[in-house]
Amino acid sequence: MSLPAYSFAYLDEQTKRMIRRALLKAVAIPGYQVPFASREMPLAYGWGTGGMQVTAAVIGPDDVLKVIDQGADDTTNAVSIRRFFALTAGVRTTERTAEATIIQTRHRIPETPLAAGQILVYQVPQPEPLRKLEPRETETRRMHALAEYGLMHVKLYEDIARHGRITLSYDYPVLVNGRHVMAPSPIPSFDNPKMHRSPALQLFGAGREKRIYAVPPYTDVVSLAFEDHPFRPWKAEAACGLCGATETYLDEVVVDDRGGRLFVCSDTDYCAERRKAGHRGAAAGHALAAGEGG
Amino acid sequence: MSALAPGFADPPLAAQACFRRLLEAMARPGTVVTLAPPPAPPPLAPAAGAVALTLCDADTPVWLDAALAVPAVLDWLRFHAGCRIVAAPEEAAFAFAADPAVPFDRFQVGSDEYPDRSATVVLQIDAFGAGAALRLEGPGIERAAGLHVRGLPSCFVAWRAANRALYPRGVDVVLVAGRALAALPRSTDVTEG
Amino acid sequence: MYVAVKGGERAIAASHAVLAETRRGDPAVPELGVDQIEQQLGHAVDRVMAEGALYDRTLAALAIKQAQGDLQEAAFLLRAYRTTLPRFCASVPIDTARMTIARRISATYKDLPGGQILGPTYDYTHRLLDAALLEAGEVPPAPRAPEPADAAMPRVTALLDQEGLIRRETGDRDAEPPDLTRAPLTFPAPRALRLQNLARGDEGFVLAMGYSTQRGYGGTHPFAGEIRYGTVAVEIAPEELGFAIEIGDIAVTECQMINQFAGSRTEPPQFTRGYGLAFGHSERKAMGMALVDRALMSRELGEDVTAPAQDEEFVLSHSDNVEASGFVQHLKLPHYVDFQSELELIRRLRQEAEARLAEPSREAAE
Repeated sequence: MSLPAYSFAYLDEQTKRMIRRALLKAVAIPGYQVPFASREMPLAYGWGTGGMQVTAAVIGPDDVLKVIDQGADDTTNAVSIRRFFALTAGVRTTERTAEATIIQTRHRIPETPLAAGQILVYQVPQPEPLRKLEPRETETRRMHALAEYGLMHVKLYEDIARHGRITLSYDYPVLVNGRHVMAPSPIPSFDNPKMHRSPALQLFGAGREKRIYAVPPYTDVVSLAFEDHPFRPWKAEAACGLCGATETYLDEVVVDDRGGRLFVCSDTDYCAERRKAGHRGAAAGHALAAGEGG
Repeated sequence: MSALAPGFADPPLAAQACFRRLLEAMARPGTVVTLAPPPAPPPLAPAAGAVALTLCDADTPVWLDAALAVPAVLDWLRFHAGCRIVAAPEEAAFAFAADPAVPFDRFQVGSDEYPDRSATVVLQIDAFGAGAALRLEGPGIERAAGLHVRGLPSCFVAWRAANRALYPRGVDVVLVAGRALAALPRSTDVTEG
Repeated sequence: MYVAVKGGERAIAASHAVLAETRRGDPAVPELGVDQIEQQLGHAVDRVMAEGALYDRTLAALAIKQAQGDLQEAAFLLRAYRTTLPRFCASVPIDTARMTIARRISATYKDLPGGQILGPTYDYTHRLLDAALLEAGEVPPAPRAPEPADAAMPRVTALLDQEGLIRRETGDRDAEPPDLTRAPLTFPAPRALRLQNLARGDEGFVLAMGYSTQRGYGGTHPFAGEIRYGTVAVEIAPEELGFAIEIGDIAVTECQMINQFAGSRTEPPQFTRGYGLAFGHSERKAMGMALVDRALMSRELGEDVTAPAQDEEFVLSHSDNVEASGFVQHLKLPHYVDFQSELELIRRLRQEAEARLAEPSREAAE
């Protein structure tokens, strides 16, 4: 018996049309979650099937693809997804943010500012920003319909009353185009400001939950907050041990069992470029730097 | 039936190329993009034909206005896109119009719960770069964009204001002329400028 | 740790190689053939076809071999293949009244037209491990009834229907059924869509949900009206032909549960039916499905919706084991960016709390 030859970028044309129609509606209604008939992918749900379907519907032979997970190009799942598109679409891949036309990401926005013409595809585990507060889809859909976001504001206010601050540190909800509250996917809140009026097109795919949404370029994306408790993104108060950067999001690496810590850029491309340009951190030359691809 | 005009030569790649330009147009309202469409049967504009081949199939009811609902166009769409042609604008997921008397008020605008269940209207105009000046503001536009369009229905700007007031419900518009295309999603404020 | 996660392509390739080796096991033991799985692990094949939502015994057996007998993984393999297949049309509804019966039992009538046919079942086996199966051996031929099974084998629900005692099913037989693989699930879901969801659903989940109704979480007083297993013809009716043609046979298990219904303002007291259907021979799945189907009818029948099995959003959103398995196991993926932000947050909150606690003592010292 013989199994089929797969299509360009894996998905069949009918599926691509369905996803493309959903993408255009998503762009026309920024921040609104468009239901789509998500397909089973040859990768488990929760492992980037939504992002992959969006990328597969968008990508063409002239594209240059970058895939990151946790900011890094060489984490296993990023490698696996990048290889999938190199095989099924024959596209050129890159680790350089500036060279990529499409960047598929899980949990980070690159540190290098994105440019007009670039497309950032987010993998989204839970597209519904209200889901933790209200498990029923019928209810949350009604809240979005009426722009009734009181529940979210109550939750944030309770945080402030109890802890003196909002205690969301990732997947921090945003208001898009002044109308729809949206989940930015589990990026650290540190990355939220990068979404605001970005010149790049931002597309979001949630495969298991079967939703697609989008933020067009130059669209207002405002992190929810109160006037007396403004939004405060944060990161570890340290500099990257490898490149010395102080303005990037840092991973904390445990280097021994005596409390030793090393902070390094989560964005491996950004860090490598800085080191190439001669920047050095306090732990320059650490074995971690050698383990990175380039 | 006379010989049918061809569709996309290499459907996966041609549809992808057309979609990317359409996505670019929808994401940056006012941007005029040029497609590489196959020769559609007149009076269907080549760009309108390419949009149909890229997005329409058996799952999308298609409505054509009287100017476009001629046998050559109907046969071509049925054969290459396999789409279902409907008689009422209310039933359409995609509407194609060439006559300026567009029944704008009859298209699906979606519901508050599902604003995506709305029509996309592909409107054939005479030309971009000449004629009435439109000023565009909204998502996808850094400050304001200008778009010159010749052959727009006279009621268009007034209808757009009414459509904008329905937001997030509303109809999305794709303007086509020859091989060129620009999009006006429902989120765009359109004024005479 | 850091380096381990950044394994890259070589680590993935090595992992695949060791997986293949593990799958094969000891090379001194003969390799398992797909035909052996298909013939001798029939219930596993049936379950994988049901949850993989694809009727193909050979591919299901291949998936079981490839997944080392992990039936959920096998169902996932089948689903990922199924999704690449073109969808031609919806078949004519299969007619289980015309089933070639291998087994048919009713718990509601002592005897009935066509009789009770026990067929192959574990029901009355004593669950004693059979040491004889440790060795290969011949199986003596099973005795067969001299006459073929009665051709007329009406369904129990049809008998009740003659008396007008069971609620009539409504619905358009000729309408194209909804398909949740082509349009995302929305609520409220029509019954046809609920049944599709349950038919693809995880057997364990459907079983547990059905069981919960028996223990009082949305009780429906069920009787196993009939369970039948056998083969039915699949027919399609191409528009250009104008009549139906047979394209093959499939084996299915059907369960019709009969449940009490107290009646409403518009309907007299009557029986209602919970329906279950599964590919192959899967009575546990079909029966669990029939119980859950009836529980999910509560809203339409005006009954109180209080139990998990009656809550369609809860049941339908969590029945799919490909979705559930993927999302539970995605927690294996690195989450260190999010964890780092939580780490920073907890440290800050603790610093602030400690500062607050320290304040009164400082005041006292001043």
